[in-house]
Amino acid sequence: MHELGIVFYIIRDVKQAALEHAVSKVSGVVMNIGEVSTIIPGYLKDCWRWAADKEELLKGAELKINTIPAVTYCEDCHAEYGTVAHGKICPHCGSEHTYLLRGNEVEIKEIEVPNN
Amino acid sequence: MDPVKIIEIKKSVFANNDTDAENLRKELKTKGVFLLNLMSSPGSGKTTTLIRTIGLLKDRLRMAVMEADIDSDVDAIKIKEATGIESIQLHTGGMCHLDAEMTRQGLDNVSMDRLDLVILENVGNLVCPAEFDTGAVANAMILSVPEGTDKPLKYPLMFSICDVVIINKMDVLPYFDFDLEKCTEYIHMRNPKARVIPICAKTGEGVDAFADWLLEKVQDWKQQ
Ligand SMILES: Nc1nc2c(ncn2[C@@H]2O[C@H](COP(=O)(O)OP(=O)(O)OP(=O)(O)O)[C@@H](O)[C@H]2O)c(=O)[nH]1
Ligand SMILES: [Mg+2]
Ligand SMILES: [Zn+2]
Ligand SMILES: [Zn+2]
Repeated sequence: MHELGIVFYIIRDVKQAALEHAVSKVSGVVMNIGEVSTIIPGYLKDCWRWAADKEELLKGAELKINTIPAVTYCEDCHAEYGTVAHGKICPHCGSEHTYLLRGNEVEIKEIEVPNN
Repeated sequence: MDPVKIIEIKKSVFANNDTDAENLRKELKTKGVFLLNLMSSPGSGKTTTLIRTIGLLKDRLRMAVMEADIDSDVDAIKIKEATGIESIQLHTGGMCHLDAEMTRQGLDNVSMDRLDLVILENVGNLVCPAEFDTGAVANAMILSVPEGTDKPLKYPLMFSICDVVIINKMDVLPYFDFDLEKCTEYIHMRNPKARVIPICAKTGEGVDAFADWLLEKVQDWKQQ
């Protein structure tokens, strides 16, 4: 399953960030996940629970998902439109000369650390 | 005081892999070894196509194959028995793709100083191998006739990163509603530069076009 692989990368990056900031406990990780990134948020959370609880640093830490709506840009009429509703073809002028502006993110936004 | 402190990261999960992949490409360039990453769905004919291709190129290039599988040695043994060339198995330990670091570790196990070309048979999957740059110099994929004409629309990322798309199992065309012309059009919508090569790996028909493409790529790259 794809999501488990992604979780291993998140854990690696969070561990590295924790080391850099001299943090010994993480209580939450906030992700930016694009609507068309192929990540299924529910699976990602399940995989996270399983893998994060094996790490002392991340035991019990919550994975929070911030969904980024996908937006496509049309080079011919310069309109921006929702990718999920309309796909590759511009709903304003019918052009195929379009590209994804955002919505493909698989990004660690921030890490939450207990303050004590 | 707030109960939690926030540390901003704002970093793509793929960022480290992209750096690793660039470094690996530089290393390959220094060593003069071309790495081809071959991808497809399970069973599209990667191993069969490789055996045919190696047969055609064996006298022109020094080659090795790395077979990535979740957990078996079947393909590596098949390649070795059919072609006699060096062939190793990489186990991904449950991961559905290879990343640049796993690829580099694999390359440590082949005789890099005696090779012109290493071919990596990636895990059978059209989704995540496209998202993880392995560090390969070129990407190739196989789409087989029974999978259907619409795959470039359903897996656009995979088709957009490949330098060549091989259409395999052309012998079964009469039994399926596969439309080669339409499929080529869809591929070029995603990737105007992709070379499309129809073959039948079972009989070897058309494989010479792919072998010629690969030989030319390797030679051009070595001269650059
Ligand atoms: N009819 C027909 N069958 C083919 C052709 N090429 C491969 N096959 C058959 O398709 C099946 C899968 O071929 P493989 O070469 O093992 O495919 P693969 O992509 O390496 O498979 P995995 O490594 O398991 O993902 C085998 O039974 C092959 O004999 C072809 O051109 N025509
Ligand atoms: Mg195979
Ligand atoms: Zn438009
Ligand atoms: Zn994967």
